[in-house]
Amino acid sequence: MHSAPDFLSHVATPLGFYYMILCVLNWVAALVMWRHGPKTYTTLKLGPATIPVTNVIVWLLVGAAFFVCAPLAMIGLPPELPSEVKQIVNELSGPVTLTLGSLALFTILFVFRRAWTAPPVAWTILNLALLAMGMSMTDPNFTAIVAKPDNVPIVGLVFLLGFFTWLATYKAVLNDDRAAQGLPPLEKEDNEKVLVWPDLVYTELICMVALTAFLLLWAIALQAPLEEPSSRVKTPNPSKAPWYFLGLQEMLVYYDPWMAGVVLPSVVLLGLMAIPYLDFNRKGSGYYTISERKFAYLVFQFGFLELWVILIILGTFLRGPNWNFFGPFETWDAHKVLAQNNVDLSQFFWIKWLNQSMPKAPTGSGAGTELLYILWREMPGILLVFAYFVLLPPIMAATIFRKFFVKMGFIRFMLMSNLLLMMGSLPLKMVARWSVNLKYFISIPEYFLNF
Amino acid sequence: MSLGEAIRNSQLWKSVFRHPMPLDRRNRIVVMLTNFFLHLHPVSIKKQGIALSYTWCMGGVTFFLFLVETVTGVLLMFYYRPTLEWAYNDILSLRDVTSLGIMRELHRWGAHAMVITTWLHMYRVFLTGSYKPPREFNWVVGVLLLLLTLLLSFTGYLLPWDQLAIWAITVGSNMARATPILGSEGPGAKLLNIDGISMITNASDARFVTIGARFVGEDTLNRFYVLHCIAIPLAVALLLAIHFWRVRKDGGISGPL
Repeated sequence: MHSAPDFLSHVATPLGFYYMILCVLNWVAALVMWRHGPKTYTTLKLGPATIPVTNVIVWLLVGAAFFVCAPLAMIGLPPELPSEVKQIVNELSGPVTLTLGSLALFTILFVFRRAWTAPPVAWTILNLALLAMGMSMTDPNFTAIVAKPDNVPIVGLVFLLGFFTWLATYKAVLNDDRAAQGLPPLEKEDNEKVLVWPDLVYTELICMVALTAFLLLWAIALQAPLEEPSSRVKTPNPSKAPWYFLGLQEMLVYYDPWMAGVVLPSVVLLGLMAIPYLDFNRKGSGYYTISERKFAYLVFQFGFLELWVILIILGTFLRGPNWNFFGPFETWDAHKVLAQNNVDLSQFFWIKWLNQSMPKAPTGSGAGTELLYILWREMPGILLVFAYFVLLPPIMAATIFRKFFVKMGFIRFMLMSNLLLMMGSLPLKMVARWSVNLKYFISIPEYFLNF
Repeated sequence: MSLGEAIRNSQLWKSVFRHPMPLDRRNRIVVMLTNFFLHLHPVSIKKQGIALSYTWCMGGVTFFLFLVETVTGVLLMFYYRPTLEWAYNDILSLRDVTSLGIMRELHRWGAHAMVITTWLHMYRVFLTGSYKPPREFNWVVGVLLLLLTLLLSFTGYLLPWDQLAIWAITVGSNMARATPILGSEGPGAKLLNIDGISMITNASDARFVTIGARFVGEDTLNRFYVLHCIAIPLAVALLLAIHFWRVRKDGGISGPL
């Protein structure tokens, strides 16, 4: 099934411009490569003429393909994703595939960083991503979410993060190669001092002018959102926090508000502030490198890209009414029903494994007795959480983090291991939810204490 | 004597600019030392420290966006009244009738952009290991600035007073209800009681302090308006000054030793 023609005419002009921009991007890339002297891969013999096959020709052709797409989009015949593909994407996507899939992708990108940061490869990936984006924009459901005014910045964020991650990784790989040959990092080569006037102040001026122009264009092209006047009786479904907090809102699926909304955000800020005092590695200061600080790099990237950005993408684009998951091409149906049968650890323990009823204080007993019964009921979870946060750090210090412990000392090591464990509790809770429908390790609704 | 020269030789001009045009090496140094706006910078800098591929310019861009937000924000304050009666209507007329109503678009998109550039700046600082000694404390100041940037954006989100605004703030501020001990539905809230009468209720807990009422209403609007326009910007300005000063004192922009 193709998208409704009236929708295609609705997006015709923006898509036309979009493909024109992609075309110009590729032609500019071709121009830049031509100026730098193209690398010839092979030659084509066409009768008497010999045509060298170079990067330049490849990107000229890619640009030409986009050049053809532009008018096609304008007359309502843009390249579209086949509906089968959309259906498969919708069916495959979900919180599990998204988080685990992105984690797998980041792992692959990390391991093969040398391969994908090579400029031609990275440029190809960018082109494919932009093409996929363009083809997806012909889908009304996809566009309804992505083109929502307040969501546009997040689309920008995704591409900006992609670009800057590429840039940083590219430079890190170069520096790591140099280090292997005993050379100083590239940043060291430009040690020569220049005067701030004109070299820096002119750059700043140009940046300011360019940014002002960009903001003006953005402001003219896209109106700031303004919905109906507020009404306390009409609750929108879904009700979402501002986009930069949607990672936290997504955590509400797995944690109670006191964790997702108060404790974990505080721990994130505290953990960020603690970074310079925990990272005892003196290498990699002032230049891009991965090999010289693998641990710090991986922890940060896992926290930032996986647990912060991916959850924001999930919360913004893929969570619909009732916070249900919807695929990127799926209609947000408020009546979608998902069976949710989540069970607390204490219920697993007493009812399923011991075949007993849950411990419950006899009616009429005092608050103290009641509390004891609650603690007894939640004993398995309390022991587990205690072991996780209190017993694991010394075990870590004695085993895999032995060197860290020696270098960091007791206090700093305990702080680091608890921050790491706190961070690790989110993926652990996710996996526990997906695999055995575990709701809470500790469930004390009587005192609003669920973990 | 040409007109330009006459102006530059006048007492008025010389009283403002204490240096000749920065055309030669000496005066290019002098200009950095005698101009208030330029004295944040050092006089000279390693080439590597100003390479865009190294700095991404994201700290500077974030600061510039803060200035854009300040200017457009002040202009919007001339127009917008933070009351239930007028807030929504003022935004509506900024959109539909007011000249230069585009200030609101600039302000909103600038705010989104500022959140993003703050993250990208921190990303760059982390990836180049620029938080390492002697710059540890400036990273801490930076994290505080991140928090304030998010709070600025969050408080500003309420001001249009449309459905998007009040429900986003409702969802966000409901979290405060679950603050341990200090939230009426937080763990340990029952501990603070006198003779069984709880001191932490929905009219005295952390959420109440945040939004100034038991639900997002006119008190919240006023509270967020003052926080957004005065309290948080002042705090940001102070921390920015410290942040920039420390960049210089901690050895300038980072680079390999």
